[in-house]
Amino acid sequence: MSFSWAKPYEPKHPMMRWLDDRLPLPRLVYGAIGGGYPVPRNLNYWWNFGVLAGLFLTIQIVTGITLAMWYYATTGGAFDSVEHIMRDVNGGWLIRYVHMNGASFFFLVTYIHIFRGLYYGSYKAPRELVWMLGLVIYLLMMATAFMGYVLPWGQMSYWGAQVITNFFSAIPVIGEPLRVWILGGYAPDQAALTRFFSLHYLLPFVIAGVVILHIWALHIPGSNNPTGVDVKDERDTLPFHPFYTAKDGWFAAAFLLFFAIVVFFAPNWLGNPDNYIPANNLSTPAEIVPEWYLLPFYAILRSFTADFILPAKLWGVIAMFSSILLLFFLPWLDKSPVRSGNYRPVFKRFFWILVVDVLVLGWVGGQPVKPLTVAVGQIAATYYFLHFLVILPLVSKFETPLPLPNSISESVLHGEEQESAPAGSGRPGVTTVAG
Amino acid sequence: MFVRGLKYLIGLGFAFVLLLALFTGIAGYVKNPPVPLPQDEFHKDPKPLHLASDGPFGKFDNRQVQRGLQVYSEVCKACHSLKLVAFYDLKQIGYDDAEVKAFASQWQVPDINPDTGEASTRKGLPSDHFPSPFANDVAARAANNNALPPDLSDIVKAREGGAAYVYSILTGYQNQPTALLQKFPTAKTPPNLHYNPYFASLNIAMPQMLHGGEVTYADGTPNTADQEAKDVAAFLVWTSQPDLNRRHAAGIAVAVFLAFAAILGFLAYHQLWDEAKRSVRLAGPLDPENQAKRTRATRKAGVKG
Repeated sequence: MSFSWAKPYEPKHPMMRWLDDRLPLPRLVYGAIGGGYPVPRNLNYWWNFGVLAGLFLTIQIVTGITLAMWYYATTGGAFDSVEHIMRDVNGGWLIRYVHMNGASFFFLVTYIHIFRGLYYGSYKAPRELVWMLGLVIYLLMMATAFMGYVLPWGQMSYWGAQVITNFFSAIPVIGEPLRVWILGGYAPDQAALTRFFSLHYLLPFVIAGVVILHIWALHIPGSNNPTGVDVKDERDTLPFHPFYTAKDGWFAAAFLLFFAIVVFFAPNWLGNPDNYIPANNLSTPAEIVPEWYLLPFYAILRSFTADFILPAKLWGVIAMFSSILLLFFLPWLDKSPVRSGNYRPVFKRFFWILVVDVLVLGWVGGQPVKPLTVAVGQIAATYYFLHFLVILPLVSKFETPLPLPNSISESVLHGEEQESAPAGSGRPGVTTVAG
Repeated sequence: MFVRGLKYLIGLGFAFVLLLALFTGIAGYVKNPPVPLPQDEFHKDPKPLHLASDGPFGKFDNRQVQRGLQVYSEVCKACHSLKLVAFYDLKQIGYDDAEVKAFASQWQVPDINPDTGEASTRKGLPSDHFPSPFANDVAARAANNNALPPDLSDIVKAREGGAAYVYSILTGYQNQPTALLQKFPTAKTPPNLHYNPYFASLNIAMPQMLHGGEVTYADGTPNTADQEAKDVAAFLVWTSQPDLNRRHAAGIAVAVFLAFAAILGFLAYHQLWDEAKRSVRLAGPLDPENQAKRTRATRKAGVKG
């Protein structure tokens, strides 16, 4: 831990001392989530979504393992086994709907978490690796979600697998053999379903492993905060437990309420009706649409409609992968020393344009291919690339940032004078800031 | 220097290819404007349908669902299977064991003759699923002008618009509008197909099955086409989501529990943070001194807002 005032673990119970002397597991847990992790005291609610992402990963793993006890990964039996889970297995409908909507909510909280990082500059030194490990988690999530969507073997599962694996055939020379190798055949079939199930079961545990690295790397410099100013001394922080566990706890309950409303009252709202039709390789659906969380990238893929040196399809695939990979370079694309968007007036505007731009891309990705929507998608995709590769580097060069507070608690001290309430009587671990 | 410039090069490169695609698209659009299709203009969204199962407090109206079962059993089952539903499931819509047994025994289900090993049929048992009207898809197509009547078990979940879509299709048959034929003279509904503006391609293979009077309801409900369509739509909501009653009831309980947990958690959080907050003005940017500094700097930087 980087902060000298982080209180080391002191076992209270003799049993724990005995264990800690031999295997410092309690120390590890304490250091990771307990009082041993000092957190800036000024975090706002956008900082709650990392914990929520961890919560949804757990929900997905638990419900997923349960579903796997009833699911058959066979082309003839997959669809019916999912229906069997929904109709005949006790509580099966609940587990299945939680897993199905849990994927969407996992992405929702992850997107909020990513955009929070973008706004407050959480990708900048010294947190570059935290950011990059987060992107690795995000890529693994996309792969896992895609393979999970194939498992019910409905129409959209089958044709989604067909479209996504087709990307690989755009690669020159090795493309087609690579596609056949990935699928284990010329089209999605039993071999593909079996391996997707195998990988869909494996990858969440890989994600959990990278999550541990993500948090480990975070705990070296500690959390960023809304001012983006570094923590200077103990007055700037509070121990994670109990302060942030309490804040995360009530917010998680509130967010799960929102999740429950969708699961119980609109469980198929985010899904595609076509996936309740069993897969049929002779009947292509009118529109092949991925799940909502992949739509912005689908829109980028489909925006490349003209050949230029390379075929349009290859451009689309390159651009789609680049649109995510370029985020790995973000710490070096945005060189402004100021982290928080609150103190960067020009950056702030472009940030909100980017948010709208990504929403527009998502909308376009879900629409049927029509000249107008394709044109809107092309403009939005152009902005996406210009934002990260041209606008951000230039803004960070020419922008005059607003003056930063000298420290987190300085921005706090001026506020204290306005507050007539007396300072508290001094809870252990809370430093009362006297004016 | 080259590496530094690389980002601009890549960014502008993507932008160039995209704008090229945009202009190619616009040029193509101007040169060959897309041909309008009849369905762009004449396709209709489903008519509104209100069922007892709607909304978070919705529950099946068992009498209506039972009437829908009667419509399915006397009309739809001639062509449409209901593979995912078992006879014993009917206990969920208000039948008792004896009624389910009697109902199942009215159906012939495929079996193997235990003496000869040849394919045969026997009376249905409560544990059987609804038998399909055709032996396989090829037989189904052969009997229906090469159209395949879809299985109805999941139909409400498998169609955009759900129950309202089913109801609209069943009651939406009409003559092809003359305005359509004037505008698209080649779009006349082909023989063996039937004009229905609620169907995606406007021409559906299924003929109009409900004209009113197909079934006689034991409870005296008028057997108009509209009523029959509503009842069978309600029945198909149940076949698609037999969990709906339990789901809604559990949902209310879970929502109340989580709301309670969130409120308690919020109060605990407030009590805990009260002291820490008193010594901390959380929002640095809201601090008047910082605000004044920012206003000055903003003016200096020449940025509005």
